[in-house]
Amino acid sequence: MSIFEYNGSAVVAMVGKNCFAIASDRRLGVNLQTIATDFQRIYKIHEKLYIGLSGLATDAQTLYQRLVFRHKLYQLREERNMKPETFASLVSAILYEKRFGPFFCQPVIAGLGDDNKPFICTMDCIGAKELAKDFVVSGTASESLYGACESMYKPDMEPDELFETISQALLASVDRDCLSGWGGHVLVVTPTEVQERTLKGRMD
Amino acid sequence: MGDSQYSFSLTTFSPSGKLVQIEHALMAVGSGQTSLGIKAANGVVIATEKKLPSILVDETSVQKIQLMTTNIGVVYSGMGPDSRVLIRKSRKQAQQYYRLYKEAIPVTQLVRETAAVMQEFTQSGGVRPFGVSLLVAGYDDNGPQLYQVDPSGSYFSWKASAMGKNVSNAKTFLEKRYTDDMELDDAVHTAILTLKEGFEGQISGKNIEIGIIGADRKFRVLTPAEIDDYLAEVE
Repeated sequence: MSIFEYNGSAVVAMVGKNCFAIASDRRLGVNLQTIATDFQRIYKIHEKLYIGLSGLATDAQTLYQRLVFRHKLYQLREERNMKPETFASLVSAILYEKRFGPFFCQPVIAGLGDDNKPFICTMDCIGAKELAKDFVVSGTASESLYGACESMYKPDMEPDELFETISQALLASVDRDCLSGWGGHVLVVTPTEVQERTLKGRMD
Repeated sequence: MGDSQYSFSLTTFSPSGKLVQIEHALMAVGSGQTSLGIKAANGVVIATEKKLPSILVDETSVQKIQLMTTNIGVVYSGMGPDSRVLIRKSRKQAQQYYRLYKEAIPVTQLVRETAAVMQEFTQSGGVRPFGVSLLVAGYDDNGPQLYQVDPSGSYFSWKASAMGKNVSNAKTFLEKRYTDDMELDDAVHTAILTLKEGFEGQISGKNIEIGIIGADRKFRVLTPAEIDDYLAEVE
């Protein structure tokens, strides 16, 4: 079994009208055994920037700690928050530093730029960035997620509709993947507020 | 590196609390050719005298005003070779920033890192402080900016400043002439007039250098022909 499938994960981000949504599953497993059903995969970097990390959980946690460290120093030095594009370049550089002994995670980055324009991107475990205008997925359930998002997504959705769409896409996809599931965690971010919701799906 | 006698830092404190080597470095700056900078509402101009030691020197090969990045330029007063080392290091730092963040380095950050290098050389063994003060002119998301960096590593943001010989006259002149809503062209004229104040001999496009950056965020050094045009306007 691949190292990326050791813990199981599903992360997805979608762009809406002046907003974005990022969602993940909540299962943490060790191969076939479920260890936790409330595992957090999406982390906040600042008010308008979030990163979801799928893959090996220990690497996800360590990588997150390093990124927060870098961002805090950046904030102190430059007296401003990092733009999402800048943060994505930083993550890519940090991942490539470990090219021959990588972090086994695939980040999904979602944020609102200076003009509140939504930005999403994903990258592989060694930092190859992939920008998208509609949605990005990662994790063990990624193939199902691609299919679900492709059929359910439409551009310029309002926050409420975006929430419904991303939740349905996530739950449908993790149901087809034995290693991810046990509910969902969805954040919808607009320029004025952040709505965090927990989903109850098939608890298996 | 050397004998134990010489491996302590040359910048050890004097009983009065001063670092004598830095004071001497500032003297080296103070006897260098005059340079100045003016921040306008829509850009920055920096200028310097370009007095060459002999008429046989090919003045087209000498360029005192240099780019640190496409939107940040720099001029110095003091020892030319020292400035080249600093500019080289700063250019590298700017590119390292870009490689990491894929974003152009903000002027403040570059100035801070350059100043950190200069400070390093006041607290290490076997080295001496840099014998230059730099005037850094740039335009970024925070608008036009002008910074002076001293051999000690301290940096200041200025609306208008001068360094080198004749600095007190130049600063008095600038204090009188500076207005907050100056446009870039006015600033260039004021810069030329300020240089003219202490200039020995006939001023022309061949013995001064002017660099400007406007809202287009592209720093460029004016050609001698362009400088002659501005000189004609000033007459």
